[in-house]
Amino acid sequence: MLKLSDKLIIKKLKKEILEICFNAKEGHLGSSFSILDILYVLYTHVLDITPNKKNSNKRDYFILSKGHASLAHAAVLYEKNFIKLKELRSYCSYDSILGGHLDRKKVNGVEVSSGSLGHGISIAVGIALGLKIKKIQNKVFVVVGDGEINEGTFWESLLIASNKNLNNLCCIVDYNRSNDLSIKLDPLKHKLDSFGFTVLEIDGHCHEEIRNATMFFRKTSEKPTIVLANTIKGKGVRVMENNPEWHHKSPNIDELNKMIKELS
Amino acid sequence: MRKQLIDTMSKTLEKNKETVLLLGDIGVHGFRHAKKKFPNRVYNIGILEQTTVSLAAGLKIAGFTPTVHTIAPFLIERAYEQIKVDFCYQGLGGNLVTVGGSYDYAALGCTHHCPSDVMMINLLPNSEIFLPGHSNEFNNLFQTAYKNDHLSYFRLGEEENETHHEVKPYKNSIVKDINANTTIVCVGSTLKNVLLATKNLDVNIIYCTTVKPFDVNSLKKFLDGTLILIEPYASSVILDQIIVSHKMPNEIVSHNIPKKFIEKYGSKAEIDKLLGFDTKSIKNLILKHKNN
Repeated sequence: MLKLSDKLIIKKLKKEILEICFNAKEGHLGSSFSILDILYVLYTHVLDITPNKKNSNKRDYFILSKGHASLAHAAVLYEKNFIKLKELRSYCSYDSILGGHLDRKKVNGVEVSSGSLGHGISIAVGIALGLKIKKIQNKVFVVVGDGEINEGTFWESLLIASNKNLNNLCCIVDYNRSNDLSIKLDPLKHKLDSFGFTVLEIDGHCHEEIRNATMFFRKTSEKPTIVLANTIKGKGVRVMENNPEWHHKSPNIDELNKMIKELS
Repeated sequence: MRKQLIDTMSKTLEKNKETVLLLGDIGVHGFRHAKKKFPNRVYNIGILEQTTVSLAAGLKIAGFTPTVHTIAPFLIERAYEQIKVDFCYQGLGGNLVTVGGSYDYAALGCTHHCPSDVMMINLLPNSEIFLPGHSNEFNNLFQTAYKNDHLSYFRLGEEENETHHEVKPYKNSIVKDINANTTIVCVGSTLKNVLLATKNLDVNIIYCTTVKPFDVNSLKKFLDGTLILIEPYASSVILDQIIVSHKMPNEIVSHNIPKKFIEKYGSKAEIDKLLGFDTKSIKNLILKHKNN
């Protein structure tokens, strides 16, 4: 079978996500497209997790804290053989293993059931502390949204991670500017720096930059790390890009056809 | 009971290398020896209860058995969503141990009262609730439940019963059975005043320390008469479970803490009197409803 390039795989997954969202009449497309590159690079090049290793004590942990972007996570879990295509395409149907927010009790490879924002980073801190106590060298990765980091628990978690020097923790902020509609966070890098983290700012759609930043964390970080990933909500489909209307909306048939055409 | 908590936790930390204790800046001095002995498994996380609960869930995912300890309103009411989502919904076991409920800190005002804790935890699937009435009982209950797959809530009181009972986890103790038509079911340290109030009364007495799951079967023999439930928190968590079990007694009286702010200060004993949990009030309640 011809191995598709990363770029083509991302397009393929986006088209699959659009079809699923159209059929299910459910899904957060904007957020899913803003983090798809990040998740794909993590699972392909960075994380020490495979379907065979999902219960190993010596595995990396990945938490999608902004759980509404579940379509992206589910698509990548399918691509990496954690779930089957049939399961992916059953998204949000009555008996599906996949709901609008993924459930750790139902989905292979999902560490934390998500849905309520501001929880993932705190749980990640607990896992990272646990790995430190056990002297296990694996890493903990958590993806949070910029809207989500309004939650006090995000900042509380940074205090603890810094205080306990959890240099096995990498938090990736999907900085797609959702939050500009409420509290502007800039200068965000400055704020995160002041909490004692290594902060790496990247283009969250550039696979090389995602890989370099997360591998830098994996290999060299002496402090907990935040990757500030500048992303575009709805990336790859013009009508959706930076358009809040597409935060939680499924396309009709005409919209779907146009979007698929644009990605082809 | 705080002394017992320190003793029980210290021994558990010693014997089980996967036990981790997280303090919310409460009881830190009491745990100083444990902290010194197990610096990697005893943490004073600080005054950030929501994050502490989620962090504890993370420790469970990493293979540890977490216990979080602080004052009831700040742990149960403030971090309620974290308890619901990060333990109960995830299907993770862990332990919450509080002091201060319902109004043990009577003089400190409404922010430090917590009559709602038991009712709130009762609403959560995958949860268990224990209210020991004596220090010795806590150890037994904790040792049985602390490693299981449920969210286990232990509410410790400032006040204790005169003597401890050989309580079995998940079972009620029949303290007095004289085939009377009226049976008192009392929870935790309310037994003390119930015993004083019923000295010369013909009533049966059932003592409950596991509030959820409530041992409904223990009531079987007493369903023909009147059941008086005395629960030191808001809402009858026991009645809720009796109804669901379809094992209803002939007549039932529920006495618990009213759903209103307690605006008085003073001592716990004074608030007991205000809310009908002192010996005299309990006696009057029983006499009023006693089935002769």
